[in-house]
Amino acid sequence: MHLSILLPAIVNGVLNGALYALIALGLTLVYGVLHIINFAHGTLLTAALFAAFFMHQMLGLDPYLAVFILTPAFFVVGYVLQRFIIGPASHGNDGNILLVTLGLAVIIENGLLFAFRGDTRTIDVAYGFAVVPIAGMFISVPRLVGFGGAVTVALLLWLLLSLTDTGKAIRAVAKEKLGAQLSGIDVAHIYAVTFGIGTACVAIAACLLIPTYYVNPHVGNAFVLIAFTTVVLGGMGSIPGALLGGLFVGLVESLCGLYLGESLGQIGIFLMFILVLLFRPGGLLGERA
Amino acid sequence: MSRGGYVAIVAVVAALACVPLFTGSNVVLNFLVTALLLTLAGQGWNVLGGYGGQYSFGHAAFFGTGAYATAILQMRYGLNAWPAFALGVAAGAGVGAAIGAVTFPSGLRGSYFALVTLAFAEVLRIVASVTPITGAGVGILIKLDVGARALQFPSRAAFYWFILALVAAALVITRLIEQSRFGAWLVAVRENEDAARALGVDPTRVKLGAITISAAMAAAAGSFYAQYFLFIDAPIAYGPWISVEALLAPIIGGVGTVFGPLLGALMVKTLGEAAKLVTGDVPGLDLVLYGVVLILVVGAAPRGVAGVGARCRAWLAPPQKLARQDVPHD
Repeated sequence: MHLSILLPAIVNGVLNGALYALIALGLTLVYGVLHIINFAHGTLLTAALFAAFFMHQMLGLDPYLAVFILTPAFFVVGYVLQRFIIGPASHGNDGNILLVTLGLAVIIENGLLFAFRGDTRTIDVAYGFAVVPIAGMFISVPRLVGFGGAVTVALLLWLLLSLTDTGKAIRAVAKEKLGAQLSGIDVAHIYAVTFGIGTACVAIAACLLIPTYYVNPHVGNAFVLIAFTTVVLGGMGSIPGALLGGLFVGLVESLCGLYLGESLGQIGIFLMFILVLLFRPGGLLGERA
Repeated sequence: MSRGGYVAIVAVVAALACVPLFTGSNVVLNFLVTALLLTLAGQGWNVLGGYGGQYSFGHAAFFGTGAYATAILQMRYGLNAWPAFALGVAAGAGVGAAIGAVTFPSGLRGSYFALVTLAFAEVLRIVASVTPITGAGVGILIKLDVGARALQFPSRAAFYWFILALVAAALVITRLIEQSRFGAWLVAVRENEDAARALGVDPTRVKLGAITISAAMAAAAGSFYAQYFLFIDAPIAYGPWISVEALLAPIIGGVGTVFGPLLGALMVKTLGEAAKLVTGDVPGLDLVLYGVVLILVVGAAPRGVAGVGARCRAWLAPPQKLARQDVPHD
């Protein structure tokens, strides 16, 4: 295939992949600390996209500004969900956690469907279709911003985890829950904080996505498996892994779309997901599980 | 005791079989048919998830394969509906065995198994929505050909009895599993896979057997769906709705019990109808209620409604004099 088609596909794939990475960051953090797979992650993204949409429609707030309101708001949402619903209802049992987060996903998705119907909505912003020419290619500005945002958030998250007291507490709980508890760390609180951070990542991703994407009650589903794939690829719980995994998934999707056609592009992701789970469940970077 | 289980199955099925003698109402029969359809799919989930402890989030893969195989064999290859139905069930069981054969030997369990089943169902949904043989985005209509010979009964009561017979078979099979050595192995794998292996149980083989039976039941539900509604497309056949409802019924009714899925399916469908009465045709609310009930049941009554019943009985029953039972007189 000619390079003038292939190269933009690769660049677009990487730019998309950065957003996948951002969504996966939240998921991998929650997995790494709480050891749970959060099935509600995708629907929380849908909820955040709706929130960003209505902030723009009702208040005229640009999504890039709304991010500063939605991030703390969704942190609180995540904190409350874990502290008062997922934690108490699951009794610390793995199967129960799966079912409770699945229940949450069903509630959020269909609550949004009930409230806003199945219509697909988009927002109009001046820079929605803006492009910059780079090396003979036209790169979409909002996607470039998304890429920058995702990398920045990953960096901030890494700093938070390695430098702050909360970060240390989170890492302590992830490593040795009982020991952390014995040294005076409030584990239930740290769990909820971690879930809150994971949810906040989703809010940031939503604000970066909405200028070029659309929103309907089912839109998060498309991202759930992509995020899981990314997390599994990068190694469950690994932040650099999630970043690399996201970029790789974006690339695979873009190239599969190019060679197999748009509707089959996602198949590549799912097949990769199944293969990685079967043969390298520890992730491409991680040790064998 | 061992006979008691079958007596209960016969009694429940006989009672349900009498319903059309008392009411010809299409609304009632339609409600019961959809509840029994869900019972069948839920019983399938229950065999693998309830008894075997392997939580699948992708039973749509089996349901959809049964539905599509039944429809495709009739419409594309001109097969009669009865053998098409049987082959649909077999195809679903085959997909179950294949998925089991690639996932279980590599040691996938817990959340990983749930994820990978979900991924398989999604792959099948995407493939079905683009390939010509499944009718791609349009779906498949089964030609109207009313008559028992084409498995399109003229009366709703006959359809009802047909699905009731399938459910009865599923109940008996579940009871047989429960009492067999295979069932004991299955429960041992659920409780502690490593301990089971140490005692000489082959977990992979046991789980493989369970997923095959489980998939066959879910596929029977799918095949019935195709014959009853005469239309399927990718979101119906392989969509997440059936994966969710199939696990909801046994979990609400009581996981790992023979009657759990039946009980749960009746409750789930009643709840759904109640939601429709309140909100009319606006979609979404019934599923919101399902989600709320799922979380409440998991949080407050992990053994489902059957578990609550057992707890009430234990609480009401007078304390038994254990000593007299424990010492038999020869």
